[in-house]
Amino acid sequence: MSEARAFKHIGQRTIRPDGFDKVTGKANYGADMSMPGMIWGAILRSPHAHANILSLDTTRAEASSDVLAVATFQDFPSVNDAAAAAGTLKSSLMETAENILAKNKVLYHGQAVAAVAARTEAAATAALALIDVEYEPLTPVLTIDAAIADDAPLLHPTMMTQGLLEPATEPSNIAARMELKKGDIEAGFAEAEVIVERSYNTPTVHQGYIEPHATVVRFDDNGPSTIWCPTQGHFDVRARVAQLLNLELGQLKVVASEIGGGFGGKTTVYLEPVALILSKKSGRPVKMTMTREDVFRASGPASASQSTIKIGAKMDGTITAMQATLHYEAGAFSGSPMGPGCMTVFTPYDVENLYVEGFDVVVNKPKVAAYRAPGAPQSEFAAEMAVNELAAKIGMDPIDLRLKNAAKEGTQTIYGPKLKVVGLEACLEAAKNSDHYRSSLGEHVGRGLAAGFWFNIGGQSSVIINLNPDGTGTILEGSPDIGGSRASMQMMAAEVLGIAPGKLNPIVADTEHVAYNQTTGGSRTTFATGMAVIEAAESVVDQLKSRAAAMWNVTAEQVEYSDGVAANLAGEDRLSLAEICANAEKTGGQISGTANINARGAGPSFAVHICDVKVDPDTGKTDVVRYTAIQDAGKAIHPSYVEGQFQGGAVQGIGWALNEEYVYSAEGVMENAGFLDYRIPLASDLPPIETIIVEVPNSFHPFGVRGVGETGIVPPLAAVGTAVAEAIGMPVTSLPCSPPKVLELLLSKS
Amino acid sequence: MAALTYHAPTTLDEAISLIANASLPAKVMSGGTDLIIQMQRMLQTDRLIVDVKKIPEMTAATLDEGGLKLGPALCCAKLTRRQDIKALYPGLVEAAYLIGSTQVQGRASVGGNLCNASPAADTIPALIANGAICLVEGTNGRRRVPVEAFVTGVGQNCLEPGEMLASLEIPQPLPRTQDAYLRFIPRTEMDIAVAGAAVSLTLDEDGICTAAKVAIGAVAPTAIVVPDAATALIGSRLDETALTAAAAAASDAANPISDRRGTVAFRRHVVGVLTRRAATLAAERVGALR
Repeated sequence: MSEARAFKHIGQRTIRPDGFDKVTGKANYGADMSMPGMIWGAILRSPHAHANILSLDTTRAEASSDVLAVATFQDFPSVNDAAAAAGTLKSSLMETAENILAKNKVLYHGQAVAAVAARTEAAATAALALIDVEYEPLTPVLTIDAAIADDAPLLHPTMMTQGLLEPATEPSNIAARMELKKGDIEAGFAEAEVIVERSYNTPTVHQGYIEPHATVVRFDDNGPSTIWCPTQGHFDVRARVAQLLNLELGQLKVVASEIGGGFGGKTTVYLEPVALILSKKSGRPVKMTMTREDVFRASGPASASQSTIKIGAKMDGTITAMQATLHYEAGAFSGSPMGPGCMTVFTPYDVENLYVEGFDVVVNKPKVAAYRAPGAPQSEFAAEMAVNELAAKIGMDPIDLRLKNAAKEGTQTIYGPKLKVVGLEACLEAAKNSDHYRSSLGEHVGRGLAAGFWFNIGGQSSVIINLNPDGTGTILEGSPDIGGSRASMQMMAAEVLGIAPGKLNPIVADTEHVAYNQTTGGSRTTFATGMAVIEAAESVVDQLKSRAAAMWNVTAEQVEYSDGVAANLAGEDRLSLAEICANAEKTGGQISGTANINARGAGPSFAVHICDVKVDPDTGKTDVVRYTAIQDAGKAIHPSYVEGQFQGGAVQGIGWALNEEYVYSAEGVMENAGFLDYRIPLASDLPPIETIIVEVPNSFHPFGVRGVGETGIVPPLAAVGTAVAEAIGMPVTSLPCSPPKVLELLLSKS
Repeated sequence: MAALTYHAPTTLDEAISLIANASLPAKVMSGGTDLIIQMQRMLQTDRLIVDVKKIPEMTAATLDEGGLKLGPALCCAKLTRRQDIKALYPGLVEAAYLIGSTQVQGRASVGGNLCNASPAADTIPALIANGAICLVEGTNGRRRVPVEAFVTGVGQNCLEPGEMLASLEIPQPLPRTQDAYLRFIPRTEMDIAVAGAAVSLTLDEDGICTAAKVAIGAVAPTAIVVPDAATALIGSRLDETALTAAAAAASDAANPISDRRGTVAFRRHVVGVLTRRAATLAAERVGALR
């Protein structure tokens, strides 16, 4: 469906069902769980950024009466078995294990080396001193330039670059290379009348979720072991832990606690497998928590990047060629989001000739994890900066330049499919007509505009809707709610069933109570789990019609159901949902609907952001004075949470652009591992983020939904960067635009 | 596990006796907003904590013709609500208002900020600019130390074992005198000064600066007085030449480091900018006096 449609509940701003518990402190997050007999685990972390482990001796710890269990890499059965010995084990699993407990080398400061469990948290922490580790420090490799230098120390001495045109003959710190192309890039540049070429870099940044990682695990010999943790995907926690510890999926039950933010960073495991090993060895439930410092040093941040962009265009604004060379830091182990970075970099543009080359580079920093549209903010920052430079160079309005080259239905992407109906042009038009874009600028104020693209995904979701005899019910879903999705599920089910959303209690069920669900990520939940909710609700409607038909002694085809009421088309009879439920016992038992789907047709979401900054010419301090986020939501189920996603993405992107960065010492020790000196924006730092919801429906979703969670972090980097450049009259090529860097630019000018 | 002994005496003599006779390393605590964080790094050591908030004169603030007698443990939230104090020393009160968050200000104190002796402490330059004197009490009696001599290094002060800071005396400003304290942080709050500057100055009826004191923070191991900046201002109408000279003097006096919060070049430049702005603001405040 894509035509306009009247909704009763969709588009309303209902009270979120999880809100009261969260604001009153009743909601239980990862560290809130306790179990009878529970003990505490603690992790010994590497004091070196790069070192060989010459020996690891846990004898003293094991002999201590305080210590109930010790864990090291050797406790992973799956990486010690025959497959590992034969070298046939998937290397990614081995690397996952080494990132959880180091094997024979430490690759970043703070990497977990061993763990102990003791009766109290303090005793466990104190017992870490009883583990003896002998290190041979190696030179840390902390930047892309250092990593790809000819004489760079190797993090992984046997790692050969994948994806080279000729197979690699020498090991290097480049884990992989990829290229994507479309058309004839040389011909495209030959056609050009103007060329813009520039290199950019972005720093290592963290998602900054407020809740540190935490888990409580109880090993059980006679039934499933239980893992309680905040995660974006408890089914994937189950899968990873099962793989690492050679368990069947049925031997594990994972319960997703409430989650205090994730943004992609809670899509992997750090503590859970360790706690399970410790629980198995001690026979006790084990709790483990990270400090904020641990989170910065040893969970996955987002890649630092270096990008070179070259754009060729005609003087009328027709872009003839776009080329990118993108380097992404993977951290200690391969697997940066270089792939999506390459795929997204030029997707907002319908250009004939494209060439993109990407490199995945290992460095002595924590292994990166997903962060909201992983890979896209870095590459699209560079591309959008260059597009704005082109606009200035040919004297064209940046919106007009984008409209002239905008991706639209039928545009062939560089990564495969042609775009279906998308909302980029609608977002650009909305930006052009916005009050913000028409407003004038004051002194020392610059304005930047940037577009952003993210694919969004669908995938597997499973939902059960159970109705009670009084017409209330539950929605069992398996998608952890990190952005208000329970409210959206409630509303979509209510829309189909024609009842008030509050009649249905949405529950994020554990891995035993609902079938497999993919992780909450890729902006998939409202789209894919929403589709499952709709399908399950439609199944309920079918049953309601059958039950009403049975009561009236007619066929189901003779029953119409709308607005929560079944009508007998052959007579005047009417039965509400609650009345049908009340009579369910007589018509065949209670009523449930299920849906287990693999959702296809996720609609990409494009965004356009406008940013005004004021730069203090004497200190380089940059203040965002006005900001507008415009994005295509397809259909906003709950507009407040859609706006919240736009604003949240914008704010995280502003932080990335202005002040956030990992600051490292020469030894590879992060010097700002806390929120005091890792400067995410405060509420008082920012103006209200204005939003404009554009709705170009996604025809693959019954209500037209596109995911909205990630795209919003893509445009801010270039919107802010361009605004700063305009305010100071100098090119900006390096993020963050922190005051010392901006002041240096200002002083170099005068 | 280390033992922690806690006392909360109600008289100054009792407090001095406790720290003088302590068999454990003793720490005087007022709000504890720095100390409790530092204690997490001292968990392995036995120690004595002497909480001085229950001593009435430690949390009092009295104004008379001599000036302000400030109890070092008075929490910033109570100080910043005192309009009578703010009228005389607006820069000092604003410095107290910049420390931490609203919640932290319910505990944190000017005396604690001073004794903790962080190079970036906000109240120290403002105290110095106002000519504040520390009244130090100990078993060997009482001594008076100017704030600029009280802090001796990063995290170091001049207190001898058995001594504590008993009071801060801030002289009554001359007529037509005001102060200002400005700091640079990349955000709007909840941060640590990358550079700071306090200026107290006196203008005559013609707008000519007759007295000034300038102190800068976060650009050296301790807050420092910049006499050359004061000299540049005195005798001027705070014209461009005077302000530029004062800024240059502050930049020259700075001896900063590069760290996660800022570079040498940035701090050196910005402390000059802040000095200029603080002088201008203080002068505006004099102009606004009735």
